[in-house]
Amino acid sequence: MQITVLYFARLKESLKYSTEEISLPESVSNITSLKSHLASRGGAWQEMFSGRQQVRAAINHALVTNDAAIKAGDEVAFFPPVTGG
Amino acid sequence: MAVRVQTEDFDAGAEISRMRLSRPDIGAVAAFIGQVRDLNNGDQVSTLTLEHYPGMTEKALESIVEQALQRWDIFDALVVHRVGALKPTDQIVLVVVSSAHRGEAFAACEFIMDYLKTEAPFWKKEQTPAGERWVEARSSDEVAKKRWKKKASSV
Repeated sequence: MQITVLYFARLKESLKYSTEEISLPESVSNITSLKSHLASRGGAWQEMFSGRQQVRAAINHALVTNDAAIKAGDEVAFFPPVTGG
Repeated sequence: MAVRVQTEDFDAGAEISRMRLSRPDIGAVAAFIGQVRDLNNGDQVSTLTLEHYPGMTEKALESIVEQALQRWDIFDALVVHRVGALKPTDQIVLVVVSSAHRGEAFAACEFIMDYLKTEAPFWKKEQTPAGERWVEARSSDEVAKKRWKKKASSV
């Protein structure tokens, strides 16, 4: 399935990507498996998505936990803990 | 209810007056202004740059204000949050809440700020003499948010 993935703040800088369209293999169905999929790209991707960094996720503009399911056409975003205010 | 995310500055006095005068049964208006500090973790800060997630930011703020409106007997709430490059003493955020009496307005104003700090997708990067760095999230902000959960369950 095809999804859009967005990266913000430290992730955007480290990965040198702000957004991309990804075709996911069938094995990727939730945030945890998407993180593993991205970590398998190696380098900065592994550094950001292998669990050493705190990474929050949102699906279609709502904060979600790692077990949240991903559907075709979703907008998934990854970012560090927020620091506004 | 209004939520605004903008690069330009805001006039807190005008916003407070507008809400205060919007209906004659308002007896209390509570407001909070967040300001850029020139010092963080012992280092001079010359510029603070705020990034956000357009689309999600507005929804997150609206959801927080909606929760405050359901939880307290308040009339209205306004949140204005700036993004982009800011300097020390610049205003970052404004929250204004109106109600009949002060207790509800104070509580709702603080609740909105505590939730904004931990749920609204903004990120700060600061320029110091040692270079640029992303501001780390504070665990004390999570603690501040959790207070409201305890209070909700005890009522």
